[in-house]
Amino acid sequence: MKIGKQSWMFNQGVYIQSSATVTGPKEKQGPLGQTYDYSFDELHCNEDSWEKAEQALLKKSIKICMENTNVREDAIDLFISGDLLNQNVTSNYVARDLPSSFLCVFGACSTSMETLAIGSSLIDSGNCKNVLASTSSHYSTAERQFRYPTEYGGQKPDTSTTTVTGAGTVLINNEASEVQVEGATIGKVIDYGMDDPLDMGSAMAPAAADTIVQHLKDFNRKPEDYDLILTGDLSSVGTPIVKKMTEQSGYDIEGIHRDCGLMVYHSNQQVFAGGSGCASSAVVTYGYILQQLKENKLKKVLICATGTLLSPTMTQQKETIPCIAHGVVLKRADA
Amino acid sequence: MITKDNYAKDIKKYQPKPNLVKNCIKAFLVGGLICVIGQGLTIFYMEVFDFTEKQATNPTISTLILIAALLTGFGIYDKIGQFAGAGSAVPVTGFANSVASAALEHKSEGLVLGVATNMFKLAGSVIVFGTVSAYIVGLIRYLVEQFL
Repeated sequence: MKIGKQSWMFNQGVYIQSSATVTGPKEKQGPLGQTYDYSFDELHCNEDSWEKAEQALLKKSIKICMENTNVREDAIDLFISGDLLNQNVTSNYVARDLPSSFLCVFGACSTSMETLAIGSSLIDSGNCKNVLASTSSHYSTAERQFRYPTEYGGQKPDTSTTTVTGAGTVLINNEASEVQVEGATIGKVIDYGMDDPLDMGSAMAPAAADTIVQHLKDFNRKPEDYDLILTGDLSSVGTPIVKKMTEQSGYDIEGIHRDCGLMVYHSNQQVFAGGSGCASSAVVTYGYILQQLKENKLKKVLICATGTLLSPTMTQQKETIPCIAHGVVLKRADA
Repeated sequence: MITKDNYAKDIKKYQPKPNLVKNCIKAFLVGGLICVIGQGLTIFYMEVFDFTEKQATNPTISTLILIAALLTGFGIYDKIGQFAGAGSAVPVTGFANSVASAALEHKSEGLVLGVATNMFKLAGSVIVFGTVSAYIVGLIRYLVEQFL
């Protein structure tokens, strides 16, 4: 049901049945290393190209997600997935192996919550019973597509981020479980005129602030109604900006805001301003956050996944960076 | 106050500033060290192989390129580059790194359409502007010699 201007409330009950997170080696060494279901020992993930390595991450996350549930693979009505690569090759190629219908989406690093919001909406409306929502990103595929060859010795500024190598998958349906998908707020494309692709935190912060503020208005809530408001990958640069911007709009999120990109790595792991990529919000949300909700350490969380919708071609044509953020509310079913 | 009209300026204080002095010193030291190694190689070729200084130039450059390509393959040059910036990008070793890294990256698309097509993806602009500026400088030198 539509609520407010840009939000959906899932009144029929949408629940997370199972989830899986898969990462690369660097993420395993990070603070949330123990919360991932599986981590590959090396970036190639036993494959002979970076693109295939990313597919291996996504495949593995789907496999583990399906192992953790008694829903059979042929009972999945729809697989929704997206990634960062041209033509969304990771998702499209992995979908070859699945027997379900498939929708491919591109929302850059906001894809995790975009797929979850679309999937939840389809279940709420009765169009689907079981939906798999996934996303993936890989450090090396992102480097070679958006930046330089991985071994190129260019110097990156401190504002740049490190693409998280990983994939996250959730299975949702309408059968009651511990964690419920309560609602979603779909973001607008926001462009504040930033043009530096090596400073995505600054570019994305206004989009994140816009979606968070709109969400609170649409649901008529205060930041205190949440235990945690998460952003996807604003990094140490965008984090203070989003706090300031929401505060200016009358919503102080200072005490309850955290950024997934800053949770994935230790500050001494040489990741510049933090983690980024579709997997940043996915591996944190579908691992650590779901665990905290199940253990009753968190009751209600807003996850606002943030994405820069840029391409190297448009950047070279001196275009500024359009950004987007989508928010999804996860809560304990008994809360 | 952060506003849309003045966004880039309003958020300046949240963005980390590059430490120009520190970066310059690091670039100077690493760039200088690469030149010292080059000089050492020149002396080596002059002493051991009895080359003249001019003859020793080409083997010196080739050796530096070989070292840089190997360091790129072993995954070390990008770390040097992050530390040294222009210090390791400007010397011939930086050029070698840009070619070797692009060639390595596109190995997965095959020898012809991958490696051969893409290896000058980054270095191509250096060759274009290097050649064009050599022409212009040569022309200026010619004109100066003719008329002065």
